[in-house]
Amino acid sequence: MADFGFKLSKSSTLDLDRTDTRVYDILCKTDPDIRTCMACGSCSASCTAAPFCGMSMRKVILALQRGQDVRPMLGKCMLCGKCTMVCPRGINTRHLILSICKYYD
Amino acid sequence: MIDRIPSGFNPFVIPFLVGMGFVFAYCIYALVKILLQLSFEDRKKFFLSLVNPKTAAKNIRDMFCDCLFHVKLWKRNPLLGYMHSSIAFGWFMLIVLGHIEVILFVPTRINLFYYPIFFNFFVAEADQTMKGSLLFFMMDFFLLVVLSGIALAMVKRVRSRLFGMRRTARPSLVNTIGLYALWAIFPLRLLAETFTAHISGGSFLTGPANWIFRQFLGNDLHYLPTWWAYSIVLGIFMCVLPFSRYMHIPAEMLLIPMRNAGLKIRNARKGLTRVQVFTCPNCGVCIDACPMSVSKENIKDCTVYLTRQIRRGNEKRIAEISDKCLLCGKCEALCQVGVQGPEIRIQQRAIRDYSIRQDFSDIAVNEVRKSHVVYFSGCMSQLVPSVGRSVESVLKKAGVEVEWMDRDGGLCCGRPMLTAGKTEEARSLVAKNTEMILSSGADTLVVSCPICYRMFVENYALPGVRVVHYSVYFDELVKAGRLHLTKSDLCYVYHDPCELGRGCGIYDEPRRLVGQSAAIAESDRCRKESICCGGSLGSLSLTFRQREKITRAALENLYASKADAIATACPLCKATLSRFSDRPVRDIAEIIDLQSR
Ligand code: SF4
Ligand code: SF4
Ligand code: SF4
Ligand code: SF4
Repeated sequence: MADFGFKLSKSSTLDLDRTDTRVYDILCKTDPDIRTCMACGSCSASCTAAPFCGMSMRKVILALQRGQDVRPMLGKCMLCGKCTMVCPRGINTRHLILSICKYYD
Repeated sequence: MIDRIPSGFNPFVIPFLVGMGFVFAYCIYALVKILLQLSFEDRKKFFLSLVNPKTAAKNIRDMFCDCLFHVKLWKRNPLLGYMHSSIAFGWFMLIVLGHIEVILFVPTRINLFYYPIFFNFFVAEADQTMKGSLLFFMMDFFLLVVLSGIALAMVKRVRSRLFGMRRTARPSLVNTIGLYALWAIFPLRLLAETFTAHISGGSFLTGPANWIFRQFLGNDLHYLPTWWAYSIVLGIFMCVLPFSRYMHIPAEMLLIPMRNAGLKIRNARKGLTRVQVFTCPNCGVCIDACPMSVSKENIKDCTVYLTRQIRRGNEKRIAEISDKCLLCGKCEALCQVGVQGPEIRIQQRAIRDYSIRQDFSDIAVNEVRKSHVVYFSGCMSQLVPSVGRSVESVLKKAGVEVEWMDRDGGLCCGRPMLTAGKTEEARSLVAKNTEMILSSGADTLVVSCPICYRMFVENYALPGVRVVHYSVYFDELVKAGRLHLTKSDLCYVYHDPCELGRGCGIYDEPRRLVGQSAAIAESDRCRKESICCGGSLGSLSLTFRQREKITRAALENLYASKADAIATACPLCKATLSRFSDRPVRDIAEIIDLQSR
């Protein structure tokens, strides 16, 4: 392909009418604190698994709300608990991770 | 002494025989089933330990000390100890003496195994001998001992605080039936033996009581119903025994040799787990012990309720109870019979199905530089970076050349994964870390986090590498004169981290280090009884608020010592305690770094 000095990216528009939020809905029941996340990113900054797979709890929660795939990120979480310790909203992210691992299909 | 009833039988023994037969059959069935549930290696280990004279001697000693004399309870509270040992030992002696009586006086009846229990009904006193009076005296004496224990048990129902217990477990229906039957057995035995004392003979208790009763009871018609009643409550007690907490009596006799054989909990419900569940007498000691019980809503998540729900097979409650626990190990440390609450819970977590599973075998890890001493700081130390920096600085002062393998981030040790029940995933982390550590050619691995330390000690195979917690290593450096400490004028109280103290048995080295660099005070509940800081990764479901309450309870205990500052040896404890503490919380590494040259 000719080099035009710029490239075209795929559209990242989300059609919220068509997103599959089933997992998120289940989690709102099993781990209601998921709804208090303010996307501050403290969890991502402290994550042990981040260097290996770009793990970030903030992104995982966003992706679940948007019905996107979270498998690759969760696949390297070590359950070390640092994200829970730093979360300013006191979200039990470890329990959340285990719930996602359980209910994701 | 002569045999009074030629046939040697009376229908009143039937309820007792039914109960006895049922208990026997049930115990044999349970024993065979549990032995079959053990893995082949465990079974072999168990049987070999039975014939090993050393473990056999230990088994016998433990059975006497734990089952009959309740030595551990005596140490905890003498009244509680007396209550349990009087019933257990008194009852045991009544059975033994009953057999001796039969052997001495009516040896032909020894094959009838109800004879020793109802001896006084079946014999008549022909002549008084020294031997006979002595035996009768002992029988009455031990009956009195048991009765005093039963009386105390009744008092304990209403005033448990006298026995050093603030809270006790609520009895379930079948336990209540068993309890009342047990309470009724000995007063009825006393009555029955009293009523026949003028025929069979009696001693200081039954003799005079018989005389009193005979002053106003004109005939002997009432003694047979009393023997019936005695036999019936014995039968009821034995029929509910397998379904009630009294199953601990036979179960403990299996648990002791299993423990001495070194068996480990390997299954959520079977084998050793089942034996421990049966052995829990619902004493409730673990309720006061458990740090979670500061919140009333968590009392039903203590180990006593775990064993109860496992017996009932209530899956929902088992899961809740298993997830909430901090795995601090205090209930296990204080449990009189050795129920391993944390281990049983980890097994419950391990039987769950997850659709997303972690795998670390394909991640690329950084090379570790060759060094004799390697330092692993762990995830938590990275959240509290001053700990890692202090350890490095102290080692430098002592002239130890060290390679900090996860200075810029590394892998988790795997213990949080293991305690969450993801055994395979934890193994995959262990394999990666092992590869890295062995590639450094180190002979010493210094660890600063007790969680990692316990994992390295229990779950890693690192041939030729000595794993050591920094508190032990620093202590050795001080002793070898490579590290010189000066005393500050602060006074510290040392908080025992669960994983370091109860988990790995390291209590003295940290105290020695603090003591050499400052004044040291002790809190009320320290060492084995220290209270978890509330931050433990063991709990999966405790909320932030519930944890805060635990942390505050732990801090109250430390404040009571009136020290100026708190010392601990775990980065997680430090982070958790400093969140709510009104005085400085320091890791020992930081203190040593400040006070050393
Ligand atoms: S528990 Fe998982 S997501 Fe949280 S910090 Fe550790 S590795 Fe990252
Ligand atoms: S730290 Fe807590 S609030 Fe912040 S993004 Fe992570 S989960 Fe959300
Ligand atoms: S687990 Fe141990 S301490 Fe708790 S009730 Fe049972 S025997 Fe008692
Ligand atoms: S391990 Fe600790 S938190 Fe868990 S039940 Fe036992 S005492 Fe309570």
